[in-house]
Amino acid sequence: MSNQKDLRKFLPWLLWVVGFTAIYFLMRAVFQPYASGISINGRIIAERVSEIGLFLGAIFAGIGAVEVYFYQIFFRQPRHRQAAIFTRIVQGILAFVALQMVVAFFDLTDLFRLPKGAVKNFFLLPSSLFSSVKNLFVQIGLNATGSSLVSGLILILVLGLLFGLIQRWSVPRHSRLGLAYLLILPALIGVLFLIIYPFLFEIKLAFSNASLGTQATKNASYGLSYGWENIKTLFTGNVAKDAKFFEVFWRTILWTVINVIFHVTGGMILAILLNRPMKLRGLYRTLLVFPWAIPTTIAAMALRNEFDLRYGFFNIMLTNIQSMFQALSAKTASLVLLGPTFSWLAENIGPVSWKQDPFWAFMSILITNIWLGIPFMAVIILGGLQSISHEYYEAAEIDGATGWQMFRNITLPLLRPVLTPAIVLGVIWTFNKFDVIYLITQGGPQEKTDILVSSMYKAAFQFYRYGFTAMFALVIFLILLAFTIVYLRVSGGLKAATE
Amino acid sequence: MSKNPFVRFFRWFFFRARGDSPFKRLLIHCVLIIACIIAVYPVLRVVTISLRPNDTLLTTSLRIIPENATLDNYRKVLFGDPVNHRQSDFFLWVWNSFSIVMVTSIISVILAAISAYAFSRFRFPGRSAGLVFLFTTQMIPAGMLLLPLFIMLARLKMINTSLGLIIAYSVSAVPLTIWTLKGYYDTIPVDLEEAALIDGASRMTVFTRIILPLSSPALAIAFLFSFMGGWSEYLVARVVLQKNELFTWPLGIFTFAQQFTVSWGQFAAASVLIAIPVMALFLYSSKWLISGLTLGSVKG
Repeated sequence: MSNQKDLRKFLPWLLWVVGFTAIYFLMRAVFQPYASGISINGRIIAERVSEIGLFLGAIFAGIGAVEVYFYQIFFRQPRHRQAAIFTRIVQGILAFVALQMVVAFFDLTDLFRLPKGAVKNFFLLPSSLFSSVKNLFVQIGLNATGSSLVSGLILILVLGLLFGLIQRWSVPRHSRLGLAYLLILPALIGVLFLIIYPFLFEIKLAFSNASLGTQATKNASYGLSYGWENIKTLFTGNVAKDAKFFEVFWRTILWTVINVIFHVTGGMILAILLNRPMKLRGLYRTLLVFPWAIPTTIAAMALRNEFDLRYGFFNIMLTNIQSMFQALSAKTASLVLLGPTFSWLAENIGPVSWKQDPFWAFMSILITNIWLGIPFMAVIILGGLQSISHEYYEAAEIDGATGWQMFRNITLPLLRPVLTPAIVLGVIWTFNKFDVIYLITQGGPQEKTDILVSSMYKAAFQFYRYGFTAMFALVIFLILLAFTIVYLRVSGGLKAATE
Repeated sequence: MSKNPFVRFFRWFFFRARGDSPFKRLLIHCVLIIACIIAVYPVLRVVTISLRPNDTLLTTSLRIIPENATLDNYRKVLFGDPVNHRQSDFFLWVWNSFSIVMVTSIISVILAAISAYAFSRFRFPGRSAGLVFLFTTQMIPAGMLLLPLFIMLARLKMINTSLGLIIAYSVSAVPLTIWTLKGYYDTIPVDLEEAALIDGASRMTVFTRIILPLSSPALAIAFLFSFMGGWSEYLVARVVLQKNELFTWPLGIFTFAQQFTVSWGQFAAASVLIAIPVMALFLYSSKWLISGLTLGSVKG
């Protein structure tokens, strides 16, 4: 009886395993004949899996150790005095070792330099201890991965022993908010490492002359004068190669405003048209979402080729329209008004050099980004429209309101909670979004289509002006921060979110 | 009523949903059909180009199904080019992207699922500061922290490794996921937990037995979000990965797209192969994606 139950419990897992094995063998059978033409093989996959597995294992083991450490601080109380002495000493040592490792990490990543000699060796003690244990296993004859795995296991064992002893000699204790802190701890560590630390690093970098010549931070010098130099270059010199700051700044504003206006109006028009009972509504919805669903990278790269002078469809269509007007003007040449109109059209509409002409290059990225962004807004606004109750409209209709009045006094106010954050996020995203620009024009010709963020990216990774880029990034961040604060003052949005 | 005929037409066209005349309905359908064509045509063009035989790649024809349509480009992209002794890297790129983005999403969803619960249910000192901080991280330009991260990764010898890219992607994925999930946890009634707590369950039990199962759709959405965020990312990957065998698919496809005449067809074929599953998944899950978006957003 119980046996049967066990079986039933494991049945889903069994099915998953069987399913995946079947898929694996099926794939193998399908791809075997072509294996010589495919560069991926089992070895590459196995290497990647073990690399990532070790990485994940290390991360989660580290987070787990920190969690246990804080759990014992929050929720356990030493049983008697000797236990208390032992516990506090071990915890103190562990905290100190952690501090040493953090300092060593800062030193390694060049946030600051420890003076060479005794001080540095002292802070590097934990990591050198670990690596000497590792070397021991290498000498025995293990390979690099195996030895780090084994020494990691030994580390876990030691920590486990210490934590076990502390646990053994303690009694539970109540803590009201301890759990909350334990829960946010992993994310806190992640954010400290991934966001706060790089941010501090960026501030330091902004006051340096780091560049390719100084081998990034290796030989860089720091000081307020370098920061002042960077600011001066930013506002008076060239931001990437040729362009000046304010030129790029106004282009960024133009880029953001035009994009958001078109996104919102286009989205609004589509949403209003779709928000009514009609045939084929689902089909329209699905088709209209296409630009959003297709990966941006693919769309941008495909359109980049479509802006080609001769073979892109924009210019093919424009050529066709031109020849159509030419034919029409030839036929209607004798007529009074039509003839000149058509010949004027034939002269003025025609293929455009999307890549060489700065204006048309800017138009090409605008067209692409507007095309990409409208469906998102349409879907958001449609969601907002559908959440508005029909009763409002029925009541308004009874009172004799016109459609326009209903739109002004019912739809728009009730749409505000959806529309405002969508617009604000849209502004911020568009301000920061330069993958379209980078993929289509690469900022060219002569950096006439660069916006602030793409100039920054170029300054860092094409011209290697690291110190300058850090200052540039800080200025962009301040601009966005100012915008956000103004928005939050106006709407009070953050209060609602943090409640 | 305004005298301006244009304004009057505008009002007549957009408002008054009830009792539309057949003419108006026809007009609306026409507008929507044109919009659909504009939305779909560039996508169809990619399919068209992928079907073109190599000798007529450069043509000014606008036909959707080209003459002498062939699947040759697909064969070359998938299984290599035996004539030129070129192996296909397509599966390698997809595998690189998949493994990197998968791990990023797993890390961010695990971290976020745990910490978002604390943000949603506990009132601890530092909570609102943390939330404001998470909110501001959404404002940070994607490229802004890239430079310090790049230098940091270089010092840690993680440039040109998949781990470096995982770390770089987690920067934007973790805060966004916390924010989304916190919004979802807020919608789960507290009464459920209180009942369980009164019955003697511990906070941890409540979290694992009630909150996590209830929020599994939101976890799926959050996972999908961070997956989609990293899946077609180009700019960060370009900085972190420079070796061909580590390329994610956007980088790989771009090597096709750069050589305009040589491999436009192969670029298109590879794009179609990648876009089809992504778009299918997207269209299938778009309903939940949208609800997740509005959950995570600021309630203004």
